[in-house]
This record gives sequence, structure tokens and C-alpha cells, in this order.
Amino acid sequence: MSILVDENTTFIVQGITGREAVNLTRECLDYGKGAKIVGGVTPGRRGRDVHGVPVFDTVAQAVEHHGGPIDGSVVTVPPAFTKDAVFEALENAIKLVVIVTERIPRGDVAQMVELAREREARIIGPNCLGVIVPDVIKMGGIGGPARDAAKSYSPGPVGVISRSGGMTTEMSSTLTAAGLGQSTAVSIGGDAIIGSSYAELMPLFEADPETEAIVIYTEPGGRMEAELARWVTEHHSRLPIVAFMAGRFMDEMPGMSFGHAGTIVEGKEDTATEKIARLAEAGIVVAEEISQIPAIVAEQIAERAGAAS
Amino acid sequence: MRFYEYESRAIVAKAGIPVTKHGFAKTALEAREIAEEIAGPVVIKSQVLTGGRMKAGGVQFAETPDEAARQAEHVLALEINGHMPRGVLVDSRAAVKHEYYAGVVWDGIRKQPVMLFSDMGGIDIEEVAEQHPDHVARGHFSTLRPFSDWQAKQVIASLGISGTELNRLTPILARLARLFLEYDMTLAEINPLSQLEDGAFVALDAHMDMENEARPRQQELLRELGVGDEETRQAREATPFELAGEEVDAQDHRGVAGNVTEFDGNLGLVIGAGGGSLTLFDAVRAHGGRPANYCEIGGNPSVRKACGLAKLVLQKPGVDRIAVMMSIVSNTRVDIVARGVIKACIELGYDPAEKIAIFRIPGAWEEEGFKILAKYGVDYADRSVSLDGAAARAVEKVGTG
Repeated sequence: MSILVDENTTFIVQGITGREAVNLTRECLDYGKGAKIVGGVTPGRRGRDVHGVPVFDTVAQAVEHHGGPIDGSVVTVPPAFTKDAVFEALENAIKLVVIVTERIPRGDVAQMVELAREREARIIGPNCLGVIVPDVIKMGGIGGPARDAAKSYSPGPVGVISRSGGMTTEMSSTLTAAGLGQSTAVSIGGDAIIGSSYAELMPLFEADPETEAIVIYTEPGGRMEAELARWVTEHHSRLPIVAFMAGRFMDEMPGMSFGHAGTIVEGKEDTATEKIARLAEAGIVVAEEISQIPAIVAEQIAERAGAAS
Repeated sequence: MRFYEYESRAIVAKAGIPVTKHGFAKTALEAREIAEEIAGPVVIKSQVLTGGRMKAGGVQFAETPDEAARQAEHVLALEINGHMPRGVLVDSRAAVKHEYYAGVVWDGIRKQPVMLFSDMGGIDIEEVAEQHPDHVARGHFSTLRPFSDWQAKQVIASLGISGTELNRLTPILARLARLFLEYDMTLAEINPLSQLEDGAFVALDAHMDMENEARPRQQELLRELGVGDEETRQAREATPFELAGEEVDAQDHRGVAGNVTEFDGNLGLVIGAGGGSLTLFDAVRAHGGRPANYCEIGGNPSVRKACGLAKLVLQKPGVDRIAVMMSIVSNTRVDIVARGVIKACIELGYDPAEKIAIFRIPGAWEEEGFKILAKYGVDYADRSVSLDGAAARAVEKVGTG
């Protein structure tokens, strides 16, 4: 099992004729059981194809060609056009939108999220690399070309959630090397406002029987970790969580942003120190180094199994 | 991107929120002219992008235009927290009856903007929220539907405010909420929002922050305010080293090799990408290393760009060696970064094997990259060496002292 996507998931790529999107399409088609990319959209390019995927002018044409609802879309259009593209996907009944584009102003993201809520759809990102179910499907650039993704990701019991796309792969690779595979890894994006936070993905992992533990990568800035800590405490989650916090040096530099747009420390609650304390209070183990994560995860899984029997 | 107070006042005034008669002066002479026009007691306020100007003596009072000129001269020469003022704001001194607070910020958890309103203005809102939570009212609002005035009214009325006050405050908070969205602000704050003796309300101080990502589409407002593209308005001014980093990044549009921040250590860093850079910078420090800089490379930069960044870091005074490290790459090519950093060493007359303390970038095209590194005798590591382990190896070579 997995969350968000599985081998039957159909999706389109909006902005499919862009250089990065062409690569991303190839990677997804090649990976695992082969993604079911049922179309691509670039206005004015109807009739072309990208690695065999037909290109349309509108999402509606792609849906019509497919002959039924399409599950998802990967949006890779420039920031000034992203909101329009996401609205188009949502209004054509697409329920999972992965936004790769970065540098989108928060006002636009808030509008996309609000419309997604009204349409009972989910947004992942923006500024993310997407979702991967090891050996099955990847939706987005996560892990890179199929051959490289196969080196880093393997199937198993760990759900991975990360604010950094690159670190999703770094942590999964470390888990894989230690014999701990991943149920699903999600790059949620590095911006201040994102479609799906840790706490919003937890119920999905909680409901996935294959997932036995969660590993998260986190950074200073925002209140998402406090939200997760609250969720874990309130829901008595069955899943142990191991966190890694990067950017500890930023605590000495308030008002400056490093790494991702969302990392700016605006208040005391945004600092690494404060977040580590919040996570620890909720029973979430914060690893000092990434290389320690597999051993902690294995120990936590064994502990919970022992407590359950 | 933070605005100066005089710009923030112009923004609220443009949105139809009343302000006192004021002017911006860059010289004592200009300050005198503004004071003459105001024809009454004035306040001289330093225009700096930092807090604590009251404590530092950056706010002075004057009864006459002569005194205003003298005070302006003093404030213009006063450095506050390392910042020299851009000018002074000469403001009429108003007889204030009561001070309120009005603000709008983003709530990243609800993913909506939130209005904040308090009848205890003039002090830091976080302090009020902590000590007098019943004096702070909040109200989230939609970004999809047009803002409607009742939403502002409901927030203000929830504090028990009624009568003329409620009816005069409502349009002010409503206009603040609208300008927050229209101008892509991340913070729009009027503090204090003052009620004068005659009952009128004015914004006596305003603080605005615009989202950097929105600058391209806010050109009209920025032009109107005279804010050029070169003004980054970061928490501290960019150093020449950091500006040189931006130039490297602007060489071509392929990938990123920039976001340079200067530190004063001996280990030059060529690191990436976003999260990887944060992790690696922490790791170097955790092992007692002293980074010479922070930076980010990623998104598949060209050889030229990787070379330019490496050269910049290598030439920084005090740098002994560089560490080239990234989290596993999928888009950026290992061989391209390897060629770039080796080229940088050679062109500067260094032996890459000597100058590159460690090269740890696993991922796309790693076989090709490792072959090049081996040829030049550079110490490299694949994914079996953790980010932390690579950082430790680099620090060991340059020393912690």
C-alpha cells in the first residue's frame, strides 16, 4: 500500500513541453511500473507529443481524450501562470495537484489552496519534487531519472515527509542503505504556505497498513512542526516519528532566509531550538545526524511492536 | 522586502487611510522646510530598517523649524544597530487620545491572511497578545472572495468597541486588509493607529513587508516609491563578496550557483541544494569548523557557473581550502560540478587535489564525475559517506582553530 498515488493513478503534466517537464515526463514513464501519464497541456501546442504522451491546449481536452476523470496533475508552468493552471486542473475535477514551480507569491498559493478545499482536492507543493512509491510510481521529479531513483528508494515500512526535495532523496537513500525501505516519500515543498503539511499527511499514513514509522526533514520558519506536535499528541498516533532539523545556525540570524523561501525566522516560535523542543515534547525523536536515523527508526518500530504484543 | 516608514505611510495613504501631515527629508534644510509647512510642533524620526530607534535616540521632538533642522542634523548622523538612516520623517505632533493597533499577517497553518486588532496600541503586538490576550481580536479572511467591510467590523466589535469609533475604524482595517492582498504584503501593520483629540483616526506609524517573490508584479508601486531592483532590503546590507555571488548566478539562467552569504572562517563552501546547504553548514559548525561562506548550488548549473562560484570562494581572503558537498543530486550533474570546481582551481594556479578538501556529491552522472576527480587526485566520496561525515573530513583538513 501507499498514500496519495498507486500503480493505477492517472495524471497529466501541465507545461509538458518545457525542458524540465520533458525530462520529468521521461523519468516518470520509466520508473517502477511506469506512470500512467494520460496527457500533457501546453496552450497552442495541441497535436504534438512528448515521449508518446499526447499534448493538448486545455485540461478539458485531456480529460475528454482520456474518456473519464483524471486523478492528478503535475504543474510545471512559470510562476506568473501557475495559479491559472492549478485553477484549470481543479475545475476539471482533478483531485491531486503537485506544484513543482517555485517563487510563487503566497497570495496565489492561498487562493489555490482555498479552491482546492472547496473542490475537495489536495495540493502538494509548491516548490516541491512530488511523490514516490518505491518500485511502483513516481509523480514529479523526485529521485531524478528512473535509474538514479532506483538507487535511493526501496519499498518498505517508512513514510518520509520533507520540506526539501533533495533531502527527501538523501534521507531515503540512507534508510535504503540500512535495509529500511519507504512506503511513500513526499516532498511537500519549501515555501511558507504549502498545500499539504506534515499534520495534513499524517492521517493518510496512519491509515496505511504498510507504514510503521515516519521520518521527517524540517527547517526553521513557520509553525508546521508545532502543528504536527499538536496532531500527534491529540490523535495518539500509532506511528513513531523521527525528525531531522537542518538550519540550526539560522537561530543566530533572525530576519534572514536561507535555503528555502519558507525558512525566514520571524518570531521565537519559528526557531530551530523552539521547534526541537516542541517536537520532543510530543515524543518525536530529533536526530542529530541523518546517519543516526535508521537505527532510531528500527528501535522505535521494535519498541512499538513490543508494546503492542 | 521591508519598507521604510516613510514608504509604508505612502502606501497606507494611497489606500485611503488617513495619515498626519508629514514629509521625508534627506538634509536638515529639507527638514526645516517641512517643519515650516507643518507650522507647529513636529517629531523627527530616523528612517532605518531596524527596530529600537526610540531607545537609540532616533526619535526627537521640535517646537520650531530651527529646532527641527538641528534635531534632523543630529538624527541623520546617528547610527542605529549598524544602520545609517536613509533620511528623517518630519511628522506633525498630534494630540492623541487613544492608541489602537491594526495589522494583517499570513497564517501558514490556516493558509489564509489574518487581521489582528487591539485597543492597546503603541506597544509590540506580540507582547499584548501574551499579557492581555483579551485585548487582541483576530479574523481570518478568504483570498478567493472579495473582502467585505463587515469582516473588519466583526473583528473590531468583538473587543466591545461600538459607536463612532467602530464606524470610523472599520474602513481603516478593511482598507489595510485589501492593500495587504493587492500589494502582496507579508506584514501590513499600523501601530499606533491613533485617535486624536478631535475624534479622527490617523496612522501614526506603519510597517510594511512585501514578499520578494511578488516584486516582479509589483513594479508599478515600487517605481512610484522609487525602490530600485538593486535594493534587496535584507536584514543586513549585502557585502561586496555577496554581490559578486549574485553576479556569478546572473551569468546565465541555467540552475543556481549563488545565494552567497559571507562568514569569516577558513573553509570555503560550495554546497547545495536548499536543504542540503542548511544541513551541511550545520554539520561543518558541529565539527568545530569555521565556514567562510554559505551558498547554494543546484538546478543543474553550467560548468561556467560552478567554476565562477568556486573561484569567488577560493579567492576570498582567509580561505584555506574549499569543500564541495551536496545532498544526492537528481537534476544537477555530478560531472559538471566536478569540472567547474577543478577548472576554478587550475585557472587560479592551484592544485585541485590540494585546494579541494572534499568532494561529496553523489547522484546523476556520478561515475563520470568521480572519474574526473580521480584523475586530478581530488579526495571524493559517494553516498556511503554521510553529509555529516563529509563535513567532518573537510574540517579535519583545515583545522578548527
